Amino acid sequence: MTITPKAPRKLTMKQRYSALTRDLEWDPSYVSDEEMFPLTSFEGITIHDWSKWEDPFRLTVDAYTKYQAEKDKRLYAVLDGFAQSQGHLSLTDASYLNAMKLFLQGVSPLEYQAHRNFAMLARHLNGPGPRFASLCQSLDEIRHAQTEIHTLSNYNKYYAGFHSYLHMHDRVWYLSVPKSFFDDALSAGPFEFLIAIGFSFEYLLTNLLFVPFMSGASFNGDLPTMTFGFSAQSDESRHMTLGLEAIKFLLEQDEKNVPLVQHWINKWFWRGYRVTALVAQMLDYMLPRKVMSWKEAFELYFEQQMLGGLFQDLAYYGITPPLHVDKAMQEKEYLSHQAYWILYQFSHAAAFTTSVPSDEHMDWLTEQYPDTFPIYRTLWEKEKKNIAAGGRHFIRGLPQLCQVCQIPMGFTEADEPFIQAQRESIFEGERYNFCSDGCQYIFDHEPVKYRQAWLPVHQIYQGNCGAADLPGVLDWYHMKPGDGGEYLGSLDNQNWKKWHDMADETGGN
Amino acid sequence: MTVSAEDRPVGVDIQENEQNRPVIEAIEADNPKATVRYLPGMVRIQSPGELVINRETVEERLGREWETHEFQLAIISYFGHIKEWDDDQIRIAWDRP
Repeated sequence: MTITPKAPRKLTMKQRYSALTRDLEWDPSYVSDEEMFPLTSFEGITIHDWSKWEDPFRLTVDAYTKYQAEKDKRLYAVLDGFAQSQGHLSLTDASYLNAMKLFLQGVSPLEYQAHRNFAMLARHLNGPGPRFASLCQSLDEIRHAQTEIHTLSNYNKYYAGFHSYLHMHDRVWYLSVPKSFFDDALSAGPFEFLIAIGFSFEYLLTNLLFVPFMSGASFNGDLPTMTFGFSAQSDESRHMTLGLEAIKFLLEQDEKNVPLVQHWINKWFWRGYRVTALVAQMLDYMLPRKVMSWKEAFELYFEQQMLGGLFQDLAYYGITPPLHVDKAMQEKEYLSHQAYWILYQFSHAAAFTTSVPSDEHMDWLTEQYPDTFPIYRTLWEKEKKNIAAGGRHFIRGLPQLCQVCQIPMGFTEADEPFIQAQRESIFEGERYNFCSDGCQYIFDHEPVKYRQAWLPVHQIYQGNCGAADLPGVLDWYHMKPGDGGEYLGSLDNQNWKKWHDMADETGGN
Repeated sequence: MTVSAEDRPVGVDIQENEQNRPVIEAIEADNPKATVRYLPGMVRIQSPGELVINRETVEERLGREWETHEFQLAIISYFGHIKEWDDDQIRIAWDRP
């Protein structure tokens, strides 16, 4: 096939980027640089030349808007088709949506927070390159928040647990895990934020967070989620690049930046990794049709790509893999089992449901985790006996939370599956508890910050959560009957059966 | 254990759909050492050391003009470092030996 020769372009991509993005910069004449950019000096980072910042995407406003509009057009075509054809009935099972409830309650509000902070960076970074990249990312993030909410609102018409995600995000115990993570980054300086979110979250961990959700959606008949996910992920490659350029830029600008950056990598790897405990249990337990195990995802996306690839590049600057990465590698064998076991026992106070894995599901888990799952299987077999005797297990008390990651303290020592890991530090006469060495390390560097943590359990005991009893707190959370508890027999489960029986009787539709 | 930049794999994840099939074919054609793995909804292409996407090869397969910016509609994620992204080529490689 022949293609008609292109009319010569007036400017190449490089020239356009330089003219439309970089050349719009000017030097202030009636205020000093410090007055114009007051936020980029207090963290101790030294920058000599902002023009050295690279942006390989060479984006300009016209190219950005053109392709973003096309992405939205493709997404909305899928959303309409799915809604018009009652696509929700072709999901593998209503229980699949527990993963999406967790996503809407836990992750979508973070996109909005990212939008806000990148808008601030778009104003406050000194160089035009990173300012423009931040502006694009800020717009991307609000697009993600909006398309996710729009996509999942279709399920809100038919299923429990989707209705009050924003309200819940600010109040509910398990949602304080992602919320506190992001608040932690928002309350740091601009450079730490770039390493926390731009680098650690968007580059190191993004594939672990998003790709499993999206491939899981694809495998479980959830076309709209897969589409918004991949549409959002296509922006992610720019975000990864921003994070990677940020770290290389800081390291190249001044040697004095290296120890600061190393500490932020140590801190934010662990902080972000703890949030992925929610993803781990989602992959291994919440998807009716499995994509890959957490262990496999961790090996593929983290060990091979990041440790095997990226960190060899960063070694050139004297950067080493994050502290405590060895603990994360040990934990891959049991993280999901322990995280789901916690959620299972507390789901009466959650806006998603849980259930004992089926025998087939447990066989799959045994295949994936031959060394560790047999131990957890004995717990589930015991729980099946409880249920047969009429006593499905819910914990009625309130758990102790880790002061840093805010996950209930249910993780164990690596080689002792029944010994709970507990670390403690004393600061100004008060004792603080942690789930891991990683969380303790973070606290010990900034105790004044972390002692202010809004811990949901403490807040309940202090009387700040509407009531002193469970129904009162659930009411304050805006949880409704049917939102949480056991999946079998739940509102979603009953409706699902009813709709599918109906479809059988009428021959479909 | 250090693996040289020539051997350390780089790669991209691409949405699997009709529009992207010619792009995937073009990448396979231009990167003989690339391996392709199909996951639900997406395709992962990885190659030791370097991966290139050439505008001309994509246009031949697509039968129309294609700007390298358009690759943003296809890509889900990547690993490696974007060394070059200009009018004619996108090149992903690690930065340091």
